[in-house]
Amino acid sequence: MDDIQKKLMSPSKASREDITGRIISYTCIAAIIILVISILYFITSRGVATFTTNHVNLWQFLSGEEWNPGTLNDHGQPQVGALPMIVTSFSVTILAALLATPFAIAVALFMTDIAPKNGAKFLQPVIELLVGIPSVVYGFIGLTVVVPAIRHIFGGTGSGILAGTIVLFVMVLPTITSLAVDALRAVPAYFRSASLALGATRFQTIYKVLLRAAMPRLLTAVIFGMARAFGEALAVQMVIGNAVLMPHNLVTPTATLTSQLTTNIGNTIMGTLPNNALWSLALILLLMSLVFNLIIRYIGKRGEIKS
Amino acid sequence: MQAYDLSQTHIVTPAEEIALSTNQLQVYYGNSKHASMSDASLSFPRFQITALIGASGSGKSTYLRSLNRLNDRIARIKGEIIYRHTNINDSKVNVYEVRKHIGMVFQKPNPFAKSISENITFALKAQGITNRQELKQRVETSLKEAALWDEVKDDLNKSALALSGGQQQRLCIARAIAMKPDILLLDEPASALDPISTTKLEVTLKELAKNYTIIIVTHNMQQASRISTYTAFFHLGHVLEYDRTERIFQTPMIQATHDYVTGNFG
Amino acid sequence: MTPHQSDRIATQLINLLVGIVVLILLFLLGDIVLSGFPHISWHFLTSPSSSFSAGGGVRDQLFNSLYLLVLTLIISFPLALGSAIYLSEYAGDNWFTGLIRTAIEVLSSLPSVVVGLFGYLLFVIEFHMGFSILSGAIALTFFNLPLLVRSIEGSLHAVPNSQREAGSALGLSNWRTIRGIILPVALPGILTGIILSAGRVFGEAAALIYTAGQSAPLLDYSNWNPTSSSSFLNPMRPAETLAVHIWKVNTEGVTPDAVSISAGASAVLIIVILIFNFGARAIGNQMYKKMTGGK
Repeated sequence: MDDIQKKLMSPSKASREDITGRIISYTCIAAIIILVISILYFITSRGVATFTTNHVNLWQFLSGEEWNPGTLNDHGQPQVGALPMIVTSFSVTILAALLATPFAIAVALFMTDIAPKNGAKFLQPVIELLVGIPSVVYGFIGLTVVVPAIRHIFGGTGSGILAGTIVLFVMVLPTITSLAVDALRAVPAYFRSASLALGATRFQTIYKVLLRAAMPRLLTAVIFGMARAFGEALAVQMVIGNAVLMPHNLVTPTATLTSQLTTNIGNTIMGTLPNNALWSLALILLLMSLVFNLIIRYIGKRGEIKS
Repeated sequence: MQAYDLSQTHIVTPAEEIALSTNQLQVYYGNSKHASMSDASLSFPRFQITALIGASGSGKSTYLRSLNRLNDRIARIKGEIIYRHTNINDSKVNVYEVRKHIGMVFQKPNPFAKSISENITFALKAQGITNRQELKQRVETSLKEAALWDEVKDDLNKSALALSGGQQQRLCIARAIAMKPDILLLDEPASALDPISTTKLEVTLKELAKNYTIIIVTHNMQQASRISTYTAFFHLGHVLEYDRTERIFQTPMIQATHDYVTGNFG
Repeated sequence: MTPHQSDRIATQLINLLVGIVVLILLFLLGDIVLSGFPHISWHFLTSPSSSFSAGGGVRDQLFNSLYLLVLTLIISFPLALGSAIYLSEYAGDNWFTGLIRTAIEVLSSLPSVVVGLFGYLLFVIEFHMGFSILSGAIALTFFNLPLLVRSIEGSLHAVPNSQREAGSALGLSNWRTIRGIILPVALPGILTGIILSAGRVFGEAAALIYTAGQSAPLLDYSNWNPTSSSSFLNPMRPAETLAVHIWKVNTEGVTPDAVSISAGASAVLIIVILIFNFGARAIGNQMYKKMTGGK
């Protein structure tokens, strides 16, 4: 009797096990938090060195069109104008998303509402496979197929925003499609049946009911695609031309933030201005991915389907 | 629903030896300030079956799950739960030990995705029992006590998930009593079962009451009157009446109890 | 235009767009298959690469990719498992959990080139690990962690709560319940998640070019001493992977048969990833059947 009372009041094997378990899982989660914080910290501290150590004017960095970190301009300031890369990065991202969205939504509608059986059976595995194709493979196909084709039609080298856009379009299409399928499947079936029962045609149902109900998640899908396109490095680097020039049309060589980083970070010396300036580009990438993240959260919070 | 006076109660203290009792037990879910269970003071006699009855949402399951501190993670529980002269509702008390002595069987059969014998031996091994002979013995005894042995003795290594619902529930009982608990809590154990399995289960429970103190939550008033010695009637988070089962069903003292057991409730 | 006309036109339009996408897909897969498969030969898979002359193979790159994948999984799986267990079993519904989830989301949305650069900065330079398989594996771990955590957490979450209650009610510690009851049930899902993430890791290049490096020193496959610099097992040697190789031969342009090498290597990459995808499904189904006793 007393023995049981004593056992009730003292720790046992089970309570020790539980402490072990807590320590293990808390340690893992702490490692992830430390990791994220140190990524943010290291990239940021390197990225701001251009402005704090090398005293480059932030506005000139963002609006300058000349990227030549080794030389000084007329004002004695180094030429680190990131605008061409910022413009190119945004151009390829937005163009690829604009191009991919209608296709992605059409395919998603086809899979969910027009031919759910055959469409899903055939398209679903293919799209899953395409999501998994490594980006260098996309880049390689861009280099061997898209660039020569553009060269053939428009002349010049063939590399540039158009080639980048086409490669990214193909890359983000499966991503946006599979998220759009999820979005449309999340619309409750009674939305559809109610609309059809009221005599609406399928198109009216799709346009007025389905797309509206799924709109927030469709937007999220597009933003996800854009985030992927914006951060994509190698595939774009292979077809963009890698010349830091302000893009004036879609078929001349230029550079994105990512392509500039991958091409040059190994050719500069740590701690020098040319190197710091590259880290500033990485910082822009980091900040943009946070912005995409925030947008997705904002849309997600506002647009939950209430049923 | 008719409004009853919740302050008017009739609660007896059984004359028998008491195995477990609660004193002013209150349960608050999450951050809620509203008590889902208020001031429940009940004493459960040893080696008897006590039934907790009441409508859905009356708090009977909430109360039952607090007795082995299974609600710890999702609710705040105030008041005392006295077991062996110890208040086990105390953060200093080793909750894992508590649950070894106060076993539980749930509404839906929840066998582990393991073989029938592993279902029973898993917790025993965790306790440090490694002797194979003893483990085998415990499997056999507990399955016999739960009246399942004859049906499964040749399939002990088969997956427990392949059993029928009634068999699964009796396996869960066997799993609980293999720990040699003092008290067995059952949360509507028959509600997912067909009538034949239910009858079998009730026979098993009556048999088990010779060695265990049983507290059972049930929706089914016939079941309560068939198997229990004492019955507590729960309403809106309050215990309104607690007495010997025949008195609850034949001469209840409280209007709400009367209406409930005669079917004029709500 | 009547509603029915517009309905017809819209349907036609959707079919047209789907048709175009299907054509693109067929072209993509066809291109990879037709231009890549003819280059895959025993010789291609078993000879070392050559930078300046034609006829090089991808033996070392293929091995490096696999070795890197194994190392990455060895590092990332325990971390991901522990974190997923925290999130699904221990985390309360409070601001701290919200913060952790945000952190993981941020990590998953970071471009892989940024993750790679961070690995370069911290491990290659600050910790003097140099371009090495280990640096690469750590960078890939960062890249892989969020995906893996999410998939493992999902698998754990899919285990019914009644199983946890059953464990608790028997006086088992949460940890024992998780290890002995929840994990085995969640295992098929966890394995599927690992294999799918393996496909992603296998094809990743951007995070590697500045961590695992872009050179493939000749390896001695008979040297089993991991501390020896020529050993194929040495984790501190630089290691160009298959995906990085495709990128490099195309951007440096000194290898005469860059196109056929890349085509062959791309096909190899796709085949391996396909094997992963099918393997994930097959293993998941198999284990599920075994676990439920064929029911």
